[in-house]
Amino acid sequence: MRQLSPEDIEALSVGAWILGTGGGGSPYHALLNLRRFYNDGVRINLIDPDELHDDDAVAVVSVMGAPLVFQERLVDSRLIARAVSAMEEHLGRKFRAVMPVEIGGGNGMQSLLAAVHLKIPVVDADAMGRAYPEAQMTSFAVGNLAPYPLTSIDPRGNEAIVGKTPSWKWMERVSRKLCTEFGSIVATCKAPRTGAEVKKWAIPRTTSKAINLGRAVVEANRQHADPIAAILKAESGKLLFSGKVVEVERRTTEGFLRGRTVIEGLGGNHGSQIRIDFQNEWIVVWRDGQAVVSTPDLICVLDSESGEAIGTETIRYGQRTTVIALPAAPVFLSPRGLDHVGPRAFGYDIDFKSVFCS
Amino acid sequence: MRRIGIDVGGTNTDAVLIDDGKVVQGVKVATTADVTSGVAAAIEALDLSANLTAGIDALMIGTTHFINAVVQRRHLTKVAVIRIALPATSSLPPFTDWPAGLAELANGGVWQIEGGHDYDGRRFATLDIAAARQTAREISNRGLKYVVVNALFSPLDPSDEKAVAAILREEIPDVSVTCAHLLGGIGLLERENAAILNASLIALAEETITAFEHAKSRVGLNAPLFVTQNDGTVAEASRAAAYPVFSFASGATNSMRGAAYLSGLKEAVVVDVGGTTADFGHLRNGFPREANAVVHIGGVRTLFRMPDLVSIGLGGGSHVDLDGGTIGPLSVGYRLSKEALVFGGNSVTATDIGVAAGLIDLGDRKRVAHITADEVSGILRRCKEMLEENVDRMKTSAEDVTLIAVGGGAFLVPEELQGVGRVVRVQHGGCANAVGAAIAQVSGEVDQVFQGLTRDEAVASARKLADTRAVEAGAESASLALVEAEDTPIAYLPGNAMRVRVKVVGDIRSTRIEKAAKEKVACQSVS
Repeated sequence: MRQLSPEDIEALSVGAWILGTGGGGSPYHALLNLRRFYNDGVRINLIDPDELHDDDAVAVVSVMGAPLVFQERLVDSRLIARAVSAMEEHLGRKFRAVMPVEIGGGNGMQSLLAAVHLKIPVVDADAMGRAYPEAQMTSFAVGNLAPYPLTSIDPRGNEAIVGKTPSWKWMERVSRKLCTEFGSIVATCKAPRTGAEVKKWAIPRTTSKAINLGRAVVEANRQHADPIAAILKAESGKLLFSGKVVEVERRTTEGFLRGRTVIEGLGGNHGSQIRIDFQNEWIVVWRDGQAVVSTPDLICVLDSESGEAIGTETIRYGQRTTVIALPAAPVFLSPRGLDHVGPRAFGYDIDFKSVFCS
Repeated sequence: MRRIGIDVGGTNTDAVLIDDGKVVQGVKVATTADVTSGVAAAIEALDLSANLTAGIDALMIGTTHFINAVVQRRHLTKVAVIRIALPATSSLPPFTDWPAGLAELANGGVWQIEGGHDYDGRRFATLDIAAARQTAREISNRGLKYVVVNALFSPLDPSDEKAVAAILREEIPDVSVTCAHLLGGIGLLERENAAILNASLIALAEETITAFEHAKSRVGLNAPLFVTQNDGTVAEASRAAAYPVFSFASGATNSMRGAAYLSGLKEAVVVDVGGTTADFGHLRNGFPREANAVVHIGGVRTLFRMPDLVSIGLGGGSHVDLDGGTIGPLSVGYRLSKEALVFGGNSVTATDIGVAAGLIDLGDRKRVAHITADEVSGILRRCKEMLEENVDRMKTSAEDVTLIAVGGGAFLVPEELQGVGRVVRVQHGGCANAVGAAIAQVSGEVDQVFQGLTRDEAVASARKLADTRAVEAGAESASLALVEAEDTPIAYLPGNAMRVRVKVVGDIRSTRIEKAAKEKVACQSVS
């Protein structure tokens, strides 16, 4: 168990955004909420998964919705806490701790907001190691754990409980419908886990990982050093490409932001181009008609100067970007893992080959 | 059309007279501490004989007053803020993420009440009329005059903001209400921030516009007054007084518009080399490309559509280190006429290098005779590198661009630059900012979410609305042209939702000019 410092919180917002791989929503509003608590002297504790007892109950939280709606509705810390309390009422037992379903983007910080109100610690783990667009794209789904129950909460007193679904895909369908009806933004507490399940199937120490990443960027910028080099060093990442965005194409289908961006090489990459396809998150990098990187490897597009992550919603013409890859959690590299989050899960008929296996 | 364009900068106030689209005259005078005398001096320097003054159709002024007030934390008024979004958003109240000092100056009190809408236009919560009236009375009791009203998703449906504004006017006789939906698009906090900054500046804006009017009458000018906006267009004086935040970025924008006008080019990179900085921008369709991102004004996060600029410390007044072969970023600024070697001073400046290199002829050339040819070419080479690097940052493709060099320090821009096809210099380039002010048009803008329409239908609806807004702002409807159209689909939203942003511009309607000339500027509250 360790206490998170104000600097940890700032670093987490930077690192979580990088691990968002283009999606997951900006952590900005969650960070503002946390700053207010930290200014009032509140502190949050982070516990290692190994500190959990096998029969501890752990709440798994996230906020779902359209990034545009987040810009208006902001992030309300009590709402995410309410999703957890509603689950406690439904189950008739208290949670020992809370954890994020995904460390990537704003959801990497939502669990901290719930922890403040419920006065319980946050588990240093998640179920994606990044951000993914769908509920079945988790290590818990790969582990074939139960996909239910779910609470879905809006601020007007709407509290839905989904008692049972036959599969993770059904849970995804049902929860998305609820989300749309509640104004395209909800706080959810998804399929609670036991301590034993977390220890066996969660991706460990991802909050610490995000904090380290963020700290590397903040530190490098403070010393006027190269933040991208610092990220690669902190997480044994791979530099893929550096260049200028020359094309962005977006379309919404089935509630996802799909599209692609073309980046024209600069410096050492002068004269060549890459294309990156996205579905909320960056999915596949193409070079000369060949897929060179794909999920589950993490594809991160960063601002070449500041090292800050760039989202699929906000990437624009003319931006100078550096594209890097970070290693995926091992659970997703198994055949079952690839069924859930490999390129075919996103509709690409290509075989996954990690850039870290060459 | 005969117009006078004036740009009030930190160091100089520039003025030009334009007749039938041609620049007849351009002058520079020193900016003064009181607004009136500097502007009056600039108009007088234009040397208009009395019968000419009568023939002026419009006076257009660009000023940095309002943004400077925020940055320097001066002349700001306390503002009451009403947010209509409960039961949502309450954990991040108004003034969240403001620099403490600035919040202290502007925060007159915060109230949150129930109401607002959803992304699809449905009601989010019923507007709490009783709470609105109670709030209005509390604000009245506190003696606050400037109020911001911001409702959830008001850019899609402003009815709650309008209803609360009406209640405020009933309860507080001389209230000035700023409705957030008129100040920004989607983004509750950023829109609110813009509205608060605006309300906090209205008193200063009214004072400044009145000072411009005084300057006009002092020189016997009877033309209507317009103020330049962030996007390179103008607004009537009364509108500018109600929306000072839209006049934040006038200087750089005006220079770019002036550069486009004087060169006749619509697509180019522009560099405006002043006394202290060189500003780089990208012209697209004759207008500065806008930054599509968060803009911090005095430390406050907003989503203002500001020109996408890169500024570096390179100008005519930049300090030169002959031993190190470096130039800038420090500058002697407005003291150039005393401190440069050629003017009898002791600082080696970029201007001295320009004189030594024979690029310009200023002051006493003998005073730079000791600078060696190697030193001069070394400094100019460094200048060239800095310019090349930043032109490349503005480019959006690898092809060579055309570079228009304007501003008093444009002599520092060489004829040959890596990545530049040609360098264009224009007559009156030193007053490009005032030219940009003089030729400015009127705009209409729309930024909202459409659902259940095809892409073409949505863009057409937005275009129609933008046209209406431009005509309301004083444009001649026959002259309206589309300058920007952007549509972004929205993830998670049903019904093929897309956010459409459209901007049109048109020439100022002459009937409007007559009407504005007849009316005294009445600074009304925003409705």
